[in-house]
Amino acid sequence: MGDTFVHALRSVDLDIKKGEFVAIMGASGSGKSTLLNILGCLDKPSSGIYTFEGVDVQAFDPEHLAVHRNRKIGFVFQSFNLLPRTTALENVELPLIYNPDISRRVAREKASKALAALGLKDRSSHFPTQLSGGQQQRAAIARAIINDPVLLLADEPTGNLDTQTSIEIMAVFQQLNQRGMTIVLVTHETDIAEYAGRTIRFRDGKITSDTIVHCPRLAHEMLIQTAIPVNE
Amino acid sequence: MKLDSVFRVVFSSFARNKVRSFLTTLGIIIGVAAVITMFSIGQGSKERVAADIASLGTNTIIVMPGALNQSGIRQVAGTASRLTEDDVAAIKSQCGAVQYVSPEVRTAVQVKYGSYNWRTQMNGVYPDFINIRNWPLESGRGFTDAEVRSAAKVCLIGQTLATNVFPDQIDPVGKIIKVQNVPFTVIGTLSSKGQTAMGPDQDDCILVPFSTVQKRIIRSSFVGVIIASAASSEVTEEARQEIYKVLDLRHGNSSESVSQYTIGTQTDLSNTAEKTSKTLGMLLVSIAFVSLIVGGIGIMNIMLVSVTERTREIGIRMAVGARERDIMLQFLVEATTLSVAGGIIGILAGAGASILVSNIQGWPVKISMLSIALGFGFSAAIGIFFGWYPAQKAAALNPIEALRYE
Repeated sequence: MGDTFVHALRSVDLDIKKGEFVAIMGASGSGKSTLLNILGCLDKPSSGIYTFEGVDVQAFDPEHLAVHRNRKIGFVFQSFNLLPRTTALENVELPLIYNPDISRRVAREKASKALAALGLKDRSSHFPTQLSGGQQQRAAIARAIINDPVLLLADEPTGNLDTQTSIEIMAVFQQLNQRGMTIVLVTHETDIAEYAGRTIRFRDGKITSDTIVHCPRLAHEMLIQTAIPVNE
Repeated sequence: MKLDSVFRVVFSSFARNKVRSFLTTLGIIIGVAAVITMFSIGQGSKERVAADIASLGTNTIIVMPGALNQSGIRQVAGTASRLTEDDVAAIKSQCGAVQYVSPEVRTAVQVKYGSYNWRTQMNGVYPDFINIRNWPLESGRGFTDAEVRSAAKVCLIGQTLATNVFPDQIDPVGKIIKVQNVPFTVIGTLSSKGQTAMGPDQDDCILVPFSTVQKRIIRSSFVGVIIASAASSEVTEEARQEIYKVLDLRHGNSSESVSQYTIGTQTDLSNTAEKTSKTLGMLLVSIAFVSLIVGGIGIMNIMLVSVTERTREIGIRMAVGARERDIMLQFLVEATTLSVAGGIIGILAGAGASILVSNIQGWPVKISMLSIALGFGFSAAIGIFFGWYPAQKAAALNPIEALRYE
């Protein structure tokens, strides 16, 4: 069994501007996860250039990349990836303990605030197993944004959630985007992609379409609409 | 990552795996406890042996007649040359470094007093013998030169003999005992010296004037050994050389390669004893170190399991910005904390065991600071050494694969 090289991505030319909310769509194996790993500095392309805020990230050594991930990038995963048997607050704090500029006290305060902003104030001492899927994902988002990253990457963030909760999560993303955070979201659900301002489709490692959505769906309006029957 | 954060992470990991953490440390606990106990017992027995040897008398020199090789067969000591009382007198007058000197002849005798009797060893000696052996009297007086000259039937008895033939708390001084049916007056008792390191009970003896043994008990002019003491421990070697010179002159230098006399000193004896206890100590300590290494392998094993188990956690940490060295540090600190905690518990357990052994066995036990430092240092070193590989493995994980790990 020799090594077989699979080109997960081929001649991708992509420019994401600051403040954009991009949804990346495609079937599994289309290369969208690989793109996300490269954007998140977890992986390096075998050839090509990736510049982040005008800086060639490929020149960074692993240590520099780690610092870069810590300060500039936030990750949200499909399976939430919270540390087990660790409270929500400690999970949110996690990126800050790898930032020597932030004291423990400040870290705790920031984490509490981030949890409160995502409506999890009274859940801060709960373990992930004691939280619902939506709550876990919101804790994960709180962790991703705790260092005020430039870029928020979400890999199928609603994949494990029901429709109502998915919309709630999208509302959070839209809110963050309105405050100027660049978001790249990978999904295969069309209705989720409709909340983003730009949709890029992938097939076999190539971009097949790249469209700007002028009037994306607004998640909080959807929530009001769906909430009405509940109130009746 | 700051060190206090590292410790927080590490301790919460222990809290999650209490039993496993304890069992992992157990190897180190046992190893360190064994090191501490072995060191303590070794140290204690070494001091005991040293004290025993000192109790034989300080600066003691023993002259033993050499043995002859006859047709290639080594004969009994004394065949090459006979020591005489004149030799003793010559040593006394000619050797400046020698303070006391006495001939010694030993024979086994039966001692009777009333209805009691006891078999013991009789030593025919000069009055200076008790000075050479550094052996104070418990009661009564020692015998005099005049009593030696007149072969007086007087004796000094050791504590073991005293308690066996005078069991009724009678003062033995002034009593007449029968030795091989010859009546002897007890003029004093010797203080207790206890057993030697080699076993025999030093208190089981009866000291009588040299001439008395010769004339009334064994009826020969044979001198078994000459026992002497140097003026101080510094001149022991000098005294030995002087004695060689005097004896060679008196007996003629032997043309044979075998010396006619063997002159042993206390230093020789204590050197041998020290060597023995050192060898024994090294043996015990090396066994203890083997168990420490086994404990270290146990830690490595558990750390490898832990790294595999927490692959996803490592991936998450890397994704949120942990550097390779942060991950490395976390696992290295975890391994080292485990082994140092084991070391500390082991030191306490070892100290406890040492005290217990000393109470039960009546051995003198000394807990040395060196062994505590060694136990602590070794457990820390083992944590770092055996924690390195698992930590390295954790730090080298690919974050993408680690995040996908199920």
